[in-house]
Amino acid sequence: MRLPLIAILLLLQTSLVRAEVVPAEVTEVAPGAFVRHGVHALIDKDNAGGIANIGFIIGKESIAVIDSGGSFLDGARLRAAIKLRSDLPIRYVINSHVHPDHIFGNAAFLQDNPSFIGHRNLPRAMQARGAHYLEANKLLLDAEAFEGTEIILPSQLVEGQSIIDLGERRLILDAHKTAHTDADLTVLDETTSTLWTGDLLFQKHLPVVDGRLKGWLEVMKKLEALPATRVVAGHGPVSLPWPEALAPQRAYLTKLAADLRRLITEGKTMRNASDEAGQSEKDKWLLFEEFNTRNATAGFAELEWE
Amino acid sequence: MSVFDPVKTKMTRRLFASLALVAAAGFSAGPAFAAEDTWSDLKEDIYGDRPILDGKDWVQLEAPYRAHDAAVVPIDIAALRPQEKDRFIKSITLVIDENPAPVAAVFHLGKSIGLASLSTRVRVNAYSHVRAIAEANDGQLYMVSRFVKASGGCSAPATKDPDEALASMGKMKLRQFAMTPKPEASSAPAPAKAEMSELREAQIMIRHPNHSGLQMDQLTRYFVPAHYVSDIEVRQGDELLLSVEGAISLSEDPSIRFHYLPNGSSELKVVIEDTEEQVFTKSWAIQASQSGS
Repeated sequence: MRLPLIAILLLLQTSLVRAEVVPAEVTEVAPGAFVRHGVHALIDKDNAGGIANIGFIIGKESIAVIDSGGSFLDGARLRAAIKLRSDLPIRYVINSHVHPDHIFGNAAFLQDNPSFIGHRNLPRAMQARGAHYLEANKLLLDAEAFEGTEIILPSQLVEGQSIIDLGERRLILDAHKTAHTDADLTVLDETTSTLWTGDLLFQKHLPVVDGRLKGWLEVMKKLEALPATRVVAGHGPVSLPWPEALAPQRAYLTKLAADLRRLITEGKTMRNASDEAGQSEKDKWLLFEEFNTRNATAGFAELEWE
Repeated sequence: MSVFDPVKTKMTRRLFASLALVAAAGFSAGPAFAAEDTWSDLKEDIYGDRPILDGKDWVQLEAPYRAHDAAVVPIDIAALRPQEKDRFIKSITLVIDENPAPVAAVFHLGKSIGLASLSTRVRVNAYSHVRAIAEANDGQLYMVSRFVKASGGCSAPATKDPDEALASMGKMKLRQFAMTPKPEASSAPAPAKAEMSELREAQIMIRHPNHSGLQMDQLTRYFVPAHYVSDIEVRQGDELLLSVEGAISLSEDPSIRFHYLPNGSSELKVVIEDTEEQVFTKSWAIQASQSGS
């Protein structure tokens, strides 16, 4: 009676290992443009790192991935969603910036041999942070989701602006000055007037400052002028009207900066100021407790030099 | 008498370097949870078998419960008694147990520091105890500590804007503050109390990437060399007020907030030296009336 049981267990184990990756659920926000909605949470074992909006654009000849997800598994699921819809080659994997929820799925696309595209500062940012991100998130993710995750450096850099063509579908890539991070890249899909902002735009999920608060407010003005009618935010609903979608984030960052300037003038220490700045905005955002103090800390260090 | 001893400083620098090396070897072990025995090893490396007493009557250490931004964690060290003539703190060492270079800074306090309260900002790589060890004038060590949880998965102890940091390297700013809460001086002798009313507070800020050197160049596979602020000297006139031995656990754009008692001089002078032997100097007039920044 024991042999069959062992056989069943072995079979079960084998089938688990070889289980087909469940394709990510995606929404077609514009013709040929698909977005996987990221849950509003920190990276954990339940979400396999799938906390950012990631997606892909299908042209006449090839496909571009815009952000690869928060783990190898998250990237593999996005890839499976692509394969359900098209046999065209995945020629580009664009990373909007260095944060792990946007780049940790890169390795799942190595088999497609794409160009990995990033801001000219992205390699440096990956070198400075990659090892730390891998160590920290290995603890937060299930082994099954994390396995295979590695830092893949960009093979094609954007300085200023670059244009790629997926076949009768041009994507305009803009490298921005330090804002959310020091390696923010946006993608404008000309054909559908859809702007993919990466984390230069948050909605619902509190914006996270990991670059420069003032720089971000300035970059937002530049983005506002782009010829887009809808936007895919890094975190928030998968499709939002442009530029109206900027308003909540602008209000928060502006209030945070004003509070910090006042507290700095009052002579508060960074620790005291970071407990207080931005608190009036608390009820308007998700993950406020998780990120507001961080934003206030970074903003204090920046604005103190004014 | 000078509190600042250059020979001792060099020795300490070697200690910094050797500690950093030991820690870097184990760096890939991961920022898991603070090991219980980290401190007992560190203590031996830094202080040998010198006894360390509970410092709760001397200083209070304030740190956030979580390193919200791993690169910039504000630390406030509040002295619980003024510096008295025959009973004072001569140095404070800030240690972050689990960092690659655990000794973040050593602050040597001059005679006219008045109050040994200091604020600075550090990098915190992992769940770690953060410690302030005060050395009294008689050589006795007193320690207080706090446990700080690591940041989440998308923050790293790295420089936010390396281009900007390099472009403006060496730029300095001095902030002079209106005095806020007075220390508990009730137990101090009367002359000390009178002196304390003269207490001033200032903050020196330095633009510098304070590069940790722990990032690998993916092409060459070599670690990028560390480049950080190693010495900060603050003088009131010619009198040494504060000297700081810094290391890579201090945040980019190092900042030190401190107190001092005016000695009649008209200016504060700051000299900074980094590990590439670049020296930056600047002086500021001491503001007659204390008005914010």
